[in-house]
Amino acid sequence: MTAAPAAAIAAAVRAGERSASSAVQESLAAIAAGGELGAFNAVTAEAALARAEAIDSAVAAGEDPGPLAGVPVALKDNICTRGTPTTCSSRILDGWEPPYDATVVDLLNAAGAVVVGKTNMDEFAMGSSTENSAFGPTRNPHDPARVPGGSSGGSAAAVAGGLTTLALASDTGGSIRQPAALCGIVGMKPTYGRVSRYGLVAFASSLDQIGPMACTVADAALLYSVIAGHDPRDSTSIPEPVGDLNGALAGDVDGLRVGVVSELCGEGIDADVLARLESAAGALASAGAEVGEVSVPAAVFGLSAYFLIAPAEASSNLARYDGVRYGLRVAAPGATDMNVATRTAGFGDEVKRRIMLGTFALSAGYYDAYYGKALKVRTLVTRDFAAAYERFDVLLAPTSPTVAFRLGERTANPLAMYLSDVCTVASNLAGHPAISVPFGSGADGLPVGVQVMAPALGEDVMFRTAAALERLLPATASTHSAGAVTKGTAP
Amino acid sequence: MADRISRHDVAHVAWLARLELGDEELERFTTQLADVLDYAAEVEALNLDGVPATSHPYPVGNVLRDDVPEPGLDRAEVLAQAPETEAGQFRVPPVRGEAP
Amino acid sequence: MLTRTKLFSASLNSFGGEPNSHIDSVCLGLPGTLPVLNRHAVELAMRVGLALGAEVRPSIFARKNYYYPDMPKNYQISQYDRPINVGGSLELPSGKVVGTVRAHLEEDTGKSTHVGGAGRIDDAAWSLVDYNRAGVPLLEIVSHPDLRSAAEAREYVTELRATLLAVGASDGKMEEGSLRVDANISVRPLGSAEFGTRCEVKNVNSLRSLGRALEYEARRQIDLLSSGERVTQETRHWNEDTGRTSPLRSKEEATDYRYFPEPDLVPLVPDPAWIERVRAELPLLPRQRRHRLAAATGQPPARLALVVERGQDELALETTEAGADPEAVLKHLEQNLADGTGRLTAAGLAGLITMEQSGELTSNQVKEVLAEMVTSGESPATVARRAGFEAVGAGELAGVVDRIIAEHPAEWQRLRAGDDRERKKMQGFFTGQVMRATKGQANGRDVAALLADRAGS
Repeated sequence: MTAAPAAAIAAAVRAGERSASSAVQESLAAIAAGGELGAFNAVTAEAALARAEAIDSAVAAGEDPGPLAGVPVALKDNICTRGTPTTCSSRILDGWEPPYDATVVDLLNAAGAVVVGKTNMDEFAMGSSTENSAFGPTRNPHDPARVPGGSSGGSAAAVAGGLTTLALASDTGGSIRQPAALCGIVGMKPTYGRVSRYGLVAFASSLDQIGPMACTVADAALLYSVIAGHDPRDSTSIPEPVGDLNGALAGDVDGLRVGVVSELCGEGIDADVLARLESAAGALASAGAEVGEVSVPAAVFGLSAYFLIAPAEASSNLARYDGVRYGLRVAAPGATDMNVATRTAGFGDEVKRRIMLGTFALSAGYYDAYYGKALKVRTLVTRDFAAAYERFDVLLAPTSPTVAFRLGERTANPLAMYLSDVCTVASNLAGHPAISVPFGSGADGLPVGVQVMAPALGEDVMFRTAAALERLLPATASTHSAGAVTKGTAP
Repeated sequence: MADRISRHDVAHVAWLARLELGDEELERFTTQLADVLDYAAEVEALNLDGVPATSHPYPVGNVLRDDVPEPGLDRAEVLAQAPETEAGQFRVPPVRGEAP
Repeated sequence: MLTRTKLFSASLNSFGGEPNSHIDSVCLGLPGTLPVLNRHAVELAMRVGLALGAEVRPSIFARKNYYYPDMPKNYQISQYDRPINVGGSLELPSGKVVGTVRAHLEEDTGKSTHVGGAGRIDDAAWSLVDYNRAGVPLLEIVSHPDLRSAAEAREYVTELRATLLAVGASDGKMEEGSLRVDANISVRPLGSAEFGTRCEVKNVNSLRSLGRALEYEARRQIDLLSSGERVTQETRHWNEDTGRTSPLRSKEEATDYRYFPEPDLVPLVPDPAWIERVRAELPLLPRQRRHRLAAATGQPPARLALVVERGQDELALETTEAGADPEAVLKHLEQNLADGTGRLTAAGLAGLITMEQSGELTSNQVKEVLAEMVTSGESPATVARRAGFEAVGAGELAGVVDRIIAEHPAEWQRLRAGDDRERKKMQGFFTGQVMRATKGQANGRDVAALLADRAGS
């Protein structure tokens, strides 16, 4: 099902052993064949082929197109692409074509990658199932009756289904890692500020990060190393240089201190998922890591702060969609009526819910009780993690409390959907890097991911641990035995 | 549970956010938002006395740009994206009242 | 503020131009764009703060959320609870000190034009929006309620404007909106310690309007209170044509701006070295210049405001230092040099004053010579010689006087023997004859002295 690793494609293209055009054609053919997944909002076939030819010409002329030469990459449809619609899977951005490329798109182009299209997502990245899309849901390649997770379900399904080699997505509360886990691929959220947000349509500015999705840890690291770095156009971009990750990928975990987060090992997490986590912890221990349990209370109570901070920022970020300058307009007699009519027709229910929740949390009389308090909780989250990292180099946890759930299963209960993020939001609140690595399968043979978290700028040790898990997986009993005890799913 | 946010509150925030809700939506959203706020109220158990607020995950400061002009956007390209234009400007239905 | 580019993006900050010709992705609030703070705007804000004696503090930006079509993001990035400048004051020429609460940075909005309905906003058929102004850096300076009259308000704005111009923060053009005033006013009964309910007056586009609007609004509030009514706290619009204020259409409900820290920007933390570097760049402020000139001339600062405002204080100082009589120097600057000092030098002005006071030139000649010095930059002696204003020498003048007396014996007799009235009349006659004979170059005092001498009185 999966394509050749990006590193192999790029090496072959750079060496003139295969053409970028063939790699791109393969991807486009797979996208066409995999249409029923609903992974793509737009396929930029013509531009992709033209670009592939240009790369082939460059190689023929003796030039080096870069470390991702000829590698097909899909972009989540909230990453701006000049002249190609960027919809965020929302009606409100109907017809909008950004007049600029996101910084990550510039970096991809400079590295020789070929963008093949824009992937489906939960509207404005709000959701955990990719069902909140104006273009219909994306389906999980492992079982089309199930969701791919979200909000980056399109990117996850595209990579897991072999439609593209790599994908970029965004992660505000787990939107890269959770779908990666549910689709059985690698998904990583960098340290906040490590990858430029310029050109990422904002959901919650203090939490959003762009990150890589790939089939292997090495490919994720390769894509990460291309997009990471300082960007003067993003004031929150980190100036420190990005280190070389090649050593990390080959490094062992002997003596590495791994803390398993106890709060994420019990109530609310399904037994099949826990079984895979235990297996991962055991594998690392057998490879020489010092594995212990660590209590990080914030890992769970952070979720409540996330419910307030992310919607508050979103309520402000999404105020600009008013029918005046771009996108949808629904006619009405006055400017305010027009704003209301446009926004009411242009946003889906989940976006409306979060805008209203965030507006409420910031409104006069409630700010201190909700938003103000959430910012203090955020401080506690950071302190809790700091304490844990005094004793451990990395933390281990599930990525998602459950395997992929069925389409429609949680749409009626927003709170249940929000709880899908319980394992992932804390990293966003703290701004720390985290990665989800496939580690076998759980109930119904569906993929399970385990999550490796590291302190700020700890990508090196995070990738080292993830690569070790990937190497150790074949030696473990990688399937969940049927009939095992099943704890209740998230409420 | 429902006292964390009332129908009146939801109608008010919908107006602040320039959204219009039908009766059924108002009812449904009120219940759903109350559920979430109820969960979020878990933080009430935490002792937050003297805890400072964090609004930025990574501490950086004084990020500044030199005051040097760069080419802006082409007006025609920008206006081509607009729902309605006139004489090089964005046209909107009449604005009632001045900005606050 | 006088920057080349906008507060958070690199398109031009310039007044006018074709609509939507100075725009970029950031100031237009396009999805995915991010603000980056303009260093120069920050330093101009610091200059103003330091000029006001404010404390320059670590600050953050916040989002002020409200919907209006000329706001591209439907939030304004502004400093809210942690502004860059806190405290400070402004000393007016009169010596009154007006406290300032804060001076904070924020971005401007675009501009809406209301079309149809005879330009009345509430009757417009549609509106057009131009975003050239969107994102232009603004500094909002808030004063304490220390001003007690429309005249003081004008004096405050005049002095503030002069200070802003001095530090290079603004061109201060009220008609172009680069200096805008929102004036809050309340009235109270004589002897009352409590302030009354205030109204905010907007759309005041000149100093003259400011005075008129405040006079009108004070009268309106006094009339209300006198007739037993109450003043409602509200924002009112000044109409230049009708000379009245009227309430802005009230909002459907109270505004709730939902301020919160702007997550796309990081804190601004000016360290002492940076602050001191900016302070070192500050020029002398109008207040300091007034005091400096006051020390040199012995005149009160209030009198010197005009000369300082015209930028003539440097010349006044140098001229005084060159030994000229300060009163004469100020008199010339105030009365004869309203249109500028051109190429006039301190040495030249000092020389002219010497010639004037020694009687070498008449006061009319002084004015003519001064005007010529302003354009040519030449010395007063050169100009006076070329104009034929060669002063008549003492011996020569005596000869002329004696000749005139000889030619008019009857008149001379009337001067010597007449009563006071007759004598005065004849003195005038002889002085006129001498002046005619010398083409006006004789000094009146010298002629009078010679006539008195010959009359033996």
